[in-house]
Amino acid sequence: MRVLAAMSGGVDSAVAAARAAEAGHDVTGVHLALSRNPASYRSGARGCCTIEDSNDARRAADVIGIPFYVWDLSERFHADVVEDFMDAYAEGRTPNPCLRCNEKIKFAAVLEKGLALGFDAVATGHYAQLETAGDGMIEMHRAVDHGKDQSYVLGVLDQHQLRHSLFPLGGSTKTDVRAEAAERGLRVAAKPDSHDICFVADGDNAGWLAEKIADRAPTASGEWGGAIVDDATGEELGRHDGTYGYTVGQRKGLRLGRPAADGKPRYVLDIEPVSGTVRVGGRERLAVRRIDASQPRWCGAPLDGVLSGPAVTVQLRAHGGELPATVHHDAATGAVGVDLHEAAYGVAPGQTVVVYDGTRVVGSAVIDVAHRVPPETPETAEASEVSA
Amino acid sequence: MSAPSEPVYLDHAATTPMAPVAVEAMTRQLAAVGNANSLHASGRRARRVVEESRETLAQALDCRPAEIVFTSGGTEADNLAVKGIFWARRAADPRRVRVLTTAVEHHAVLDPVMWLAEHQGAEVELLPVDRTGRLDVDALRASIERDPESVALVSVMWGNNEVGTLQPVEEVVAVARPHGVPVHSDAVQALGSVPVGFAASGVDALTVTGHKVGGPYGVGALVCRRETDVQPLVHGGGQERDVRSGTLDTPAIAGFAAAVELAVKQRTEHGQHVADLRDDLVRRVCAAVPEAHPHGPDDPGLRLPHVAHLGFPGCEGDSLLMLLDARGIECSTGSACSAGVAQPSHVLLAMGCDEEAARHSLRFSFGHTSTRADVDAVVEAIVPVVERARAAKRVG
Repeated sequence: MRVLAAMSGGVDSAVAAARAAEAGHDVTGVHLALSRNPASYRSGARGCCTIEDSNDARRAADVIGIPFYVWDLSERFHADVVEDFMDAYAEGRTPNPCLRCNEKIKFAAVLEKGLALGFDAVATGHYAQLETAGDGMIEMHRAVDHGKDQSYVLGVLDQHQLRHSLFPLGGSTKTDVRAEAAERGLRVAAKPDSHDICFVADGDNAGWLAEKIADRAPTASGEWGGAIVDDATGEELGRHDGTYGYTVGQRKGLRLGRPAADGKPRYVLDIEPVSGTVRVGGRERLAVRRIDASQPRWCGAPLDGVLSGPAVTVQLRAHGGELPATVHHDAATGAVGVDLHEAAYGVAPGQTVVVYDGTRVVGSAVIDVAHRVPPETPETAEASEVSA
Repeated sequence: MSAPSEPVYLDHAATTPMAPVAVEAMTRQLAAVGNANSLHASGRRARRVVEESRETLAQALDCRPAEIVFTSGGTEADNLAVKGIFWARRAADPRRVRVLTTAVEHHAVLDPVMWLAEHQGAEVELLPVDRTGRLDVDALRASIERDPESVALVSVMWGNNEVGTLQPVEEVVAVARPHGVPVHSDAVQALGSVPVGFAASGVDALTVTGHKVGGPYGVGALVCRRETDVQPLVHGGGQERDVRSGTLDTPAIAGFAAAVELAVKQRTEHGQHVADLRDDLVRRVCAAVPEAHPHGPDDPGLRLPHVAHLGFPGCEGDSLLMLLDARGIECSTGSACSAGVAQPSHVLLAMGCDEEAARHSLRFSFGHTSTRADVDAVVEAIVPVVERARAAKRVG
């Protein structure tokens, strides 16, 4: 196969490219330039958008012995990922831009351009496994290294995308990949993993948003500031500079002068951007048992009706656990409902729910509403005791 | 689709293989000891090589040996001319702050000029070119005559590195000289392909480099009149008449001189050889891909003979480059990269192309090792390559 290896400059994508080449594929490395002004994106050796990262990727390609190019995807990335990120925060949601990048950039813009240029597949350094099922469908499964598994951020890929994807690292542990990189003479063997969001240069999400969406306040006044309100009493506990600085489930940085009456920590429960209100309360009020989601993406055939069973789980964020659940899909409207068999905490609209059957990824949807369990019900009291 | 073992190299404007005489002249010096500024026998031996090379170059470039200042290459020579003459001229008369150049110069001129504007108070005028890339001399004349006392220097390249357009250097001199304004010209791409004579042209400073004419990398020269004051960029031991300090690279200078001597001697036959190949490529590629069109002047007397710059509407230059590379054909978009990302060509933009057109071009450039088989390879590959590049652009 002719394979386009997306090379970020990190150790994983370098080893993935090397393995693809060693497997006999005709591999070409490509580094994606996602910012027209590389200095504006993460500096240092932690991201995937700097000149250093581009040079690291080029050096790795040289060592592997494959051609290497830089593709300018900055306009697409800005339109499909960065704008989406800003819109979501302006609307009080919590997006995951890595999923959006996989859905719209790596396995869409890059893949489609690659296919048009005569390539057969895109290879990346994601930790996930692909298997061909008996019916010929390509299935995606969690990586062997569960601690490193990245199937969550790939949960947006459909059958066409999976059919043209290669994840050469899915069967390995990160430790083995680093050792292999060193053996292969790849300088990036010891390079730290990337964290945070690549286009937020210093990791200060709220500071970045404050600058970028300063003029997008959805409030009547057009100003971002607003009240932090006790969810139980309706009492104003403090002020904030903008709802975009908050995420459901957040505990730190609330800067509330007074402790709660019961002395327990308070969490962000709800964000109401139009009124500019951030609602806070005790952890027990965060409990969610039911989720409404939309914009489903299915790895194979769309879910027909209900998915249930002992192996059915959902994952709600990149490093979240597996939660037993029953999942409903209304094919007519695209509405996805998730009944969680145990309470989840800190579920924010905008996050993506990825559905698994065992280790197999079934699909994903974007969370619209996380129904908090009303505090009066005994069930919540039980949940809060469990969590306490 | 894997590349053949021997690539089809059509990027001689980027760099060209060293001529065997230059390799021989250079390697003969590599193991010899001697700093050309030392007074002992080893130093004298090295100095003799340097000075004989300087004389050889002077003869080939139509200048006096003392007018040659060796540098690390074309970029340094351009920087030395632009900054060094600007500083000296302004020091002599603080009114002289204007730098006049064209919008199609190489970055080695444009960037120092812009740096002077940003950091040294220079007032820069990028003079317009016509749709073939040729300077509007009337615009230059009007600009100088508006206030001749305030012009520090004029810099106009000899032949354009992207599209091959020759500039009317002698007309530029005729316009500038009556006002005492010095003229610099970057002849890096022109030397060896068209006649380049320092004295005959009347320019005050001329940039040349080794590796574009079959010499080694890392050596070039600024040819500069003795009466033209140039402030140094590099201070130190006072070599090269105090204009460019640093121990002279005797082997590279020997290789450089041998290459330039050969290139100038063979210029007529070489020019015809590359012109024939270039014209054949343009004709056959445009026949195979009807939308393709050459950029630059049609008149062979107005352009460099070895450069074919072709636009392929509906394609990204980057995609064409990659697809040709995969078939073992090496060429260039001709324009600069920023962090590996091709930028729209400032040359094509100055020629009136829109940004789309400034990204859809390829430069094929010929040299002394080019053959008819190279042209055949391009003609054979170009149709499927253009089809794929168009498909990639449609999905992008």
